[in-house]
Amino acid sequence: MPATFIQPEFKVDIDRDKCIKCGRCVQQCGWGVYSFSERPIPDDSKCRACHRCVTYCPVHCITIKKNELVFRENDNWSPALRKAVWRQSETGGVMLTSMGNDKPYQRIFDSLVLDACQVTNPSIDPLREPMELKTFIGRKPDSVEVESDDKGGYRLKPGAGMTNNIGLATPIMFGGMSYGSVSLNVHKSLAMAASRLGITMNTGEGGLHADLYPYTDNVIVQCASGRFGINPDYLNRGVGIEIKVGQGAKPGIGGHLPGEKINKEVSTTRMIPQGTDAISPAPHHDIYSIEDLRQLIYALKEASGYKPVGVKIAAVHNVAAIASGIVRAGADYVYLDGFKGGTGAAPQIIRDHIGIPIEIAIAVVDQRLRDEGIRNQASIIAAGSIRSSADMAKAIALGADAVAIGSAALIALGCHMCQSCHTGCCSWGLTTQKPELTRRLDPEWGAERLTNLVHAWSHELQEILGALGVNAVESLRGSRERLRAVGLDAQTCEILGVKPAGL
Amino acid sequence: MTAYDYHANGSLFEPARYTQESPFKIHGGCGLMGICDESGTRFSGSVAIEAIAVQRDRGNGLGGGFAGYGIYPEFPDHFAFHMMYHDAKAKDEAEAVLERFFQVDLAEPMPTRPVKGITDAPLLWRYFLQPQPVKLADLEMTPEDYVVHVVMLVNSTVDGAFVASSGKNMGAFKGVGYPEEIGHYFQLEEYEGHTWVGHNRFPTNTPGWWGGAHPFTLLDWSIVHNGEISSYGINSRYLETFGYKCTLGTDTEVAAYLFDLLLRRHKLPLELACKALAPPLWEQIERMPEEERKLMTSLRAVYGPAMLNGPFAIVLGFNGGMVALNDRIKLRPLIAARKGDILTVASEESAIRQIMPDPDALWAPKAGEPVIARIRGMEWPIHGDLHLPPSEISCAVTGVLDSCEPAEVA
Repeated sequence: MPATFIQPEFKVDIDRDKCIKCGRCVQQCGWGVYSFSERPIPDDSKCRACHRCVTYCPVHCITIKKNELVFRENDNWSPALRKAVWRQSETGGVMLTSMGNDKPYQRIFDSLVLDACQVTNPSIDPLREPMELKTFIGRKPDSVEVESDDKGGYRLKPGAGMTNNIGLATPIMFGGMSYGSVSLNVHKSLAMAASRLGITMNTGEGGLHADLYPYTDNVIVQCASGRFGINPDYLNRGVGIEIKVGQGAKPGIGGHLPGEKINKEVSTTRMIPQGTDAISPAPHHDIYSIEDLRQLIYALKEASGYKPVGVKIAAVHNVAAIASGIVRAGADYVYLDGFKGGTGAAPQIIRDHIGIPIEIAIAVVDQRLRDEGIRNQASIIAAGSIRSSADMAKAIALGADAVAIGSAALIALGCHMCQSCHTGCCSWGLTTQKPELTRRLDPEWGAERLTNLVHAWSHELQEILGALGVNAVESLRGSRERLRAVGLDAQTCEILGVKPAGL
Repeated sequence: MTAYDYHANGSLFEPARYTQESPFKIHGGCGLMGICDESGTRFSGSVAIEAIAVQRDRGNGLGGGFAGYGIYPEFPDHFAFHMMYHDAKAKDEAEAVLERFFQVDLAEPMPTRPVKGITDAPLLWRYFLQPQPVKLADLEMTPEDYVVHVVMLVNSTVDGAFVASSGKNMGAFKGVGYPEEIGHYFQLEEYEGHTWVGHNRFPTNTPGWWGGAHPFTLLDWSIVHNGEISSYGINSRYLETFGYKCTLGTDTEVAAYLFDLLLRRHKLPLELACKALAPPLWEQIERMPEEERKLMTSLRAVYGPAMLNGPFAIVLGFNGGMVALNDRIKLRPLIAARKGDILTVASEESAIRQIMPDPDALWAPKAGEPVIARIRGMEWPIHGDLHLPPSEISCAVTGVLDSCEPAEVA
């Protein structure tokens, strides 16, 4: 019997005329594709198409091709489904994957277009005029109460005004990615970039490594169901605390970091024994309902001197009501993670079939909070997946206060989306703890690339705002009048609160 | 003109019964003026006509209007209703409503004269009204609430009737035409007021609706506005969270409600309300002394959705003075001048020179810096507290039946 019916997905093609037999491909590949016997010999079945060898081949003699194996066509039984059945009948297991949903669902962002000024009002040139992106994340009072300052002016009444908000220089945050799932160098790159940019990085659920303590003014610490690395010091170190209830890639599912990724450093940071699996339960076992969430929110506020506490949830069918409950429970922000959000490891069946698009989630949550008159009580952060500054602008126009990026940040650091984070063999040194791989990422280089990316998106957002004729991002926020839908059905338009183009 | 409106929360297309303007946001430019004698001395409305007439190029004959304050000294405590009727049936029905709620002390046709260029005028009547005391007591409302309630009732239930203004000792005179024609049509030179605002409209569609001309009024607030508010989408959604419904689709409506929200409901001082609507830049805020910085940071963060972004110049008139305000980077013209007690503002200096040839001071107000005229000895604001749900206030001035579903008040 054959060991497997599944044939390699890719073919590694080496131009033998060009190859100088230097062996660098052998050294670079984290998946063990290459063996060397007078020349590199690839094992196609191990290739993930991550392009590490392609990038580092000094003579550009490697090409990764799709294995064009023809299957008898059947729209119902795609080759992917047939392979899944074979794989599961071989192993009896749950298929794991990583990064975001790769199925061809409709991408609503791509059916939304933005407005621009013509004649009746001037567009604004961001190169010549101020164009403000500053954003505050957190609870705002209903109104500003003032009193006379006895000098002919006014001052805030004692206790009035905005308190405990997280200031962002631009409405972008780095989404939560735990130390353990990603390497320490990734965390350092994110923290250094966040600090330079005046934004925040998010620890994810794996605690905060001591090397990141200098950057804690730009760190949001996460409290997830596994409670890894949480102690009073941790809660007090960041500028805010995030309770992670769910993740767009795997709503309703916990996490599992295999023991081989728990080295000494990860073990210290997570406060768990070295080599043991780090398992986050599916629910928080102290949150079985909304009133329990309220208790945890306030417990964390008490423990941290009333830092802003946000709640991250996956976008699911009833997201509007859930978000309303979260805001009423006292959260300072609601982090909505759409079903295309990334992950370091998730069951494929969950990743690809659970949750709703982020565009819909933003629209219904923003509208619900407005209908209930509590929109000012919490900020909305949108993620999963924000792929460009255009997605960001559209998310903000739909009602998000800021966006969070995870996949985009990893791509900036070299990720090629080979969807194999869960293997711990990342050739780019991002989602691995193997020292020979993690050292491939220089945090200084990584921070510069992340800084560049966020600067670029911010400049593009400024260009968009200028075209829209406004000079501050708050005038785009929730301004769905500046969006039009092209090719969306009437009901989707209605849910989004966006008119079709032409109206 | 299409009679369809877009309803985000209802069906996609829903015929609007009484939407007189386009259901889409009205784009356009305009000219404006405002003049106030802070001593309270009253003067003829011909001054306002002169100032707006020299700015003729700023309009296209599709709308002009004025509001005068202190013009009915013989009826200072009556609510002066300026009414527009499309036909006699509308008049009969509206009058029945007015008589049910008010003691009508005087009802007369608006004095007008034939003017070349003014055609298709609706029936124009004015009424001096006092609330029926028994009914007022029954409804347990303040007189202001009561008036707004009735205005809403007329606008929403009487087809073809529109309340152009409803404040005390003030009135709006507006219509389709060039403003100087409208002014002559209404014989404004016969009226004397201490504050006048005027407007010359250049809409880029053709509404042809008298009620759609400026000023836009609510009780005795009146707003004239030049510009386009590019943040209209979020401004209107922000107002919706407080129960307002912006159904007229004009920037002016949004500006009026924002002033109402900030001044009357949130009780912000006028200066700070202007700062909330046209805030300083963050880099300016960061350089402020600590106390002021904290105040402005809160003001800007809390009222970010209320910021009027995009080009505008606005004059807000009220019984007690007026405020002129430019957008935060001054994208529309606004000139101010003072001579003695008289403060005047206009889109163009020519307008000011026309009525005030030799001002003591003439200046271009800085972006976001309000120019405020207050009449000495007059209380401000004078509305008292309104306790009506804001949705009703909105209905009152928009006259759209569909907007009168009860809105949840935050």
